[in-house]
Amino acid sequence: MKVLARVGLTSCAGFLTGCSGVQSALDPHGPAGEELARLIWSFTALCTVIWLMVMGVLAVALVRRRRQAADPLETDVQSEHAASRAVLMAVVATGLVLVCLTVLSFFANRTLAGIGADAELTIEVTGYQWWWAVRYENSEPSRIVTTANEIHIPSGEPVRLVLKSQDVIHSFWVPALHGKLDLVPGVVNTLTLQADRNGTYRGQCAEYCGAQHAHMGVLVIAQPRVEFDAWYEAQLQNAAEPSSELARQGRDLFLNRPCVMCHKVQGTVAASNAGPELTHVASRKTLAAGTLSMSRGNLAAWIADPQSIKPGTRMPTMNLTGDELNAIVAYVETLK
Amino acid sequence: MKMRTLALLAGVAILLTGCQREERDTRPDPVKGAGDQAVPVTSLAPGGERPVDTDAKAARFADNAFHMSEGKRLFDWFNCSGCHSRGGGGMGPALMDDKWIYGSSIENIHATIRDGRPNGMPAFGGRVPDDQIWELAAYVRSLAGKSSKAAAPGRNDDLMPHPSENRLPDATTLGRSP
Amino acid sequence: MSRADVMPERHGVRDDELEAEALRHWLAKTWDAPKGLVGALSSVDHKVIARRYLITAFVFLCLGGLNAVAMRVQLSGPERGLIGPDLYNQLFTMHGITMMFLFAVPIMQATGIYLVPLMVGTRNIAFPRLTAFSYWIYVSGGIFAWVSFALNIGPDVGWFGYVPLSGPEFGPGKRADVWAQMITYTEVSSLAVAVATIVTVFKQRAPGMSLDRIPLYVWAMLVTSFVIVFAMPAVMIASTFLILDRLVGTHIFNPVEGGDALLFQHLFWFFGHPEVYIIFLPATGMVSMIIPAFARRPVFGYLPLVLALISVGILSFGLWVHHMFTTGLPKLGASFFTASSMLIAIPNGLQIFCWLATLWEGRPILKTPLLFVLGFFFIFVAGGLTGVMLASVPLDLQVHDTYFVVAHFHYVLIGGAVFPLLGATYFWFPKLTGRMMSERLGRWHFWLAFVGFNAAFFPMHIVGLWGMPRRVYTYPVELGWGNINLFITAGALLFFFSFVLFTINLILSARNGKPAGDNPWDAGTLEWATSSPPPSYNFTKIPVVTHAEPLWAERWALPVAEGLRVDARELLISSVAEAHPEVREKSAAPSIWPFPAALAVGGTFIGSIFTPWAVVWGSVPIAITLVGWFWPKDVPEDVE
Repeated sequence: MKVLARVGLTSCAGFLTGCSGVQSALDPHGPAGEELARLIWSFTALCTVIWLMVMGVLAVALVRRRRQAADPLETDVQSEHAASRAVLMAVVATGLVLVCLTVLSFFANRTLAGIGADAELTIEVTGYQWWWAVRYENSEPSRIVTTANEIHIPSGEPVRLVLKSQDVIHSFWVPALHGKLDLVPGVVNTLTLQADRNGTYRGQCAEYCGAQHAHMGVLVIAQPRVEFDAWYEAQLQNAAEPSSELARQGRDLFLNRPCVMCHKVQGTVAASNAGPELTHVASRKTLAAGTLSMSRGNLAAWIADPQSIKPGTRMPTMNLTGDELNAIVAYVETLK
Repeated sequence: MKMRTLALLAGVAILLTGCQREERDTRPDPVKGAGDQAVPVTSLAPGGERPVDTDAKAARFADNAFHMSEGKRLFDWFNCSGCHSRGGGGMGPALMDDKWIYGSSIENIHATIRDGRPNGMPAFGGRVPDDQIWELAAYVRSLAGKSSKAAAPGRNDDLMPHPSENRLPDATTLGRSP
Repeated sequence: MSRADVMPERHGVRDDELEAEALRHWLAKTWDAPKGLVGALSSVDHKVIARRYLITAFVFLCLGGLNAVAMRVQLSGPERGLIGPDLYNQLFTMHGITMMFLFAVPIMQATGIYLVPLMVGTRNIAFPRLTAFSYWIYVSGGIFAWVSFALNIGPDVGWFGYVPLSGPEFGPGKRADVWAQMITYTEVSSLAVAVATIVTVFKQRAPGMSLDRIPLYVWAMLVTSFVIVFAMPAVMIASTFLILDRLVGTHIFNPVEGGDALLFQHLFWFFGHPEVYIIFLPATGMVSMIIPAFARRPVFGYLPLVLALISVGILSFGLWVHHMFTTGLPKLGASFFTASSMLIAIPNGLQIFCWLATLWEGRPILKTPLLFVLGFFFIFVAGGLTGVMLASVPLDLQVHDTYFVVAHFHYVLIGGAVFPLLGATYFWFPKLTGRMMSERLGRWHFWLAFVGFNAAFFPMHIVGLWGMPRRVYTYPVELGWGNINLFITAGALLFFFSFVLFTINLILSARNGKPAGDNPWDAGTLEWATSSPPPSYNFTKIPVVTHAEPLWAERWALPVAEGLRVDARELLISSVAEAHPEVREKSAAPSIWPFPAALAVGGTFIGSIFTPWAVVWGSVPIAITLVGWFWPKDVPEDVE
């Protein structure tokens, strides 16, 4: 009993505090998210009122006093007639409410479609099992930025996301900014994102996509235009030459051990597209598509044994010695 | 009664092989099997004894649906097609026929990938983890129709230059009337 | 016209020439199922088949419930490592397909197999051998799925099995094939029952049961059966296409070769949405029967209720796209489906209002069956309203594939179908067993189920809006979903426990419940006119119906029709609209053949997972069993 009470109490606390969640549709930070939150609240309010009315009628129907009759077929013509009228009116009212809701939904949809028609920045997001490849389009090939699992956008400006899938169906969803849109193989979808405030907004794949569907997070980082431009320039750079001896050893291992088979580090011979791009991986906030936060310890744990952290992920658990692991971690840490 | 017991046992045996085919071990013990192990290249062996595989990895990877499909993905990722052209052969030998220069057993193929072979086949030993080499080897056998049809991969969501692996005929009987 | 045309020569023994005792003796001799194991396997009595269906479906309910408990325990805290992703994905898929295909649809149809012939006043269901066949197909499909799961070949692609995840490239092994063939199994069996139900309702009604006197439950089963006939083929096509893609290497769903991955979703949801109504409509029928019995008056608005049933049946085919709003469909099309999805709320609302009016105008007696119906109102109305929210395209963009949707469909499926079904169990259990269920345990069961259900599923709305997607085997600590999920798990355990109580009640009451008598609730429809449990021939003489609630209108003695043979399995066939008696028709005798035929069909289904040739080789045993099935034997039923 005591345990139950504790569960109840902590849960109530959960209800109250949970609203500040970083992935909540009720905590919007962009025009689309705000429009959707408004829509959710207005539908919820209306539906609650209707539900309360129906329950009220039900309660009265159960408790109200009435004449006792012995024969179930004996009905009062007059009150039957009144009931028919009430039912008819209720149906008409239902119809009207539904028309209102349809119109409301239609206009909300139009507002959403109107947001950011003039977006300058186009970002291609490709879904893989179980991570996101991100590519900033540019007419100059040398100014194309590729990264993974983290999308930086200038705040206050609309950006166009072109959504594609390389394997199965995924769904891109950052609740604070916009509703979800699927990444379907053979289909190209576009979604316009806009964040009004600076901040980090978490999102997650919302279409079941296999073993690690649960660990397919994405971060959208909205920052002032100046910071964004600086970030963009930094991303264009090749990976820096490691300065310490250990990191240099790590680089050599990286280029001669399994890492090189799947990953790309701009400025080295590692150039595979199979796994996420790592040129500036250490500057990202998370590892393994939002599974771990970026830190030396997590990096080491991840490289040492990804299969026990994210079972089924495409990165195999390799047979590295402690020294090798240490060196590789030291190198990856320099990839800022 | 005896017949029934026998039938039951046979049934269970069939079902259990089904289990083995469907096992999805994503971390089959990466530490084991990385060492050297003796692999016969020919069926001729001194004293009539063929070297045995020490950690039974071959049995776990061969004819396992999950590992073969992983092998198929890696075949593409690691660009094996660059030389072997989806099994049809190009710069490197074809993998869909029944000509095996260095042996057709999964252990042979594993050794070929790991240690490389003269005239072009690089050694992937240090670069591809051992388990993934086993996966590749298991897949390569399915290209020649040498693995269980019930476990071999299906077609890719791709332009397919040959029938899907689970429809490929056994290379040994290819071109001969059955 | 000669006299012989008007009064044909009489063959055999007729029910109008016998005394009551002798009549019952003759009928029992003709209609009782044969004895022994072979006899049990050959039974074509609709009540026997329905009982088997009910028990099997209940077993699958327990299995599906255990899946749910396992999942809830895994989700009770963030990053819990109890169940890995591989097993979890199989668990939620098995939970979905077990509940939808092996529990909900079969149990609704089984209730229909039992009640429809009794309610329309006939001796057996139409096509009884086909109905027996459907049971064998269903149970072998269920065993096939669960044995596969036990062998680690359980499907892990979700109950919807979207390609390409279930396709040849991303679904290695036979797991997705198990999903596809399990679908084929259960759909074949549902189609068979649907056809039998339609013919029973159209052609075997008691004389005088014109269209406006058919019990609403029978109307609901009729509409459901039509929905099944039109919806199920779509998903069988989808699953067969999938098998072809996986096994033969066709490119139906491969976009690179001109196929289309979204085609699968269209085919699936063209079935999948009506599927919801296949489960829900029979439940509305149950509600329409329970409310009048306990409100002590005929249902209010019979005609509008029938029209609502029919329009829900038709409209259910026009809104499948609201499951696909996030796939990036053209905006105009999506808006059309918003409107059509909203539209279906009108007939459903009408049903609710009519039931409310019945309660308002009646004199309700709060027995357990009515309690569950009240629970149904509480939960289903909420679920229906969240359904209206999901119909809105922009709103759906936020809540689609989150726990909000999980909450919504458990509100409509458990609230809209399981609660009425539980009410129906308490209501008709006396008819099935001749004993009453314990009212005391029933009330405990209701309150535990009601509180447990709402505790488990209401918070899911909230956690869904907080951003928790469906089908995740775990979630990160930082998102703060831990406490609420712990609460949900506690609610789910309570809900599960209420079913333990229910099972105890079922067993205890079946053993030593109070004897029920023919009509314990003083209800008005024909199934209460016969003894509890009913004899193999249902009615000694076919009743004649003069009113929609015949037992209330003819309190002293039900008029009967006479002239049927009792030394052969004769039924009375009547006209579709007015139910004028037309001809006497023979009903099929017990036969062992449906059983081997089902095995042959099942063998073909399983074989076709491994080789396309199974379809060719399998046709031989199927042909043999069908020849055996239809081979004329010298029994009275085959003569004429």
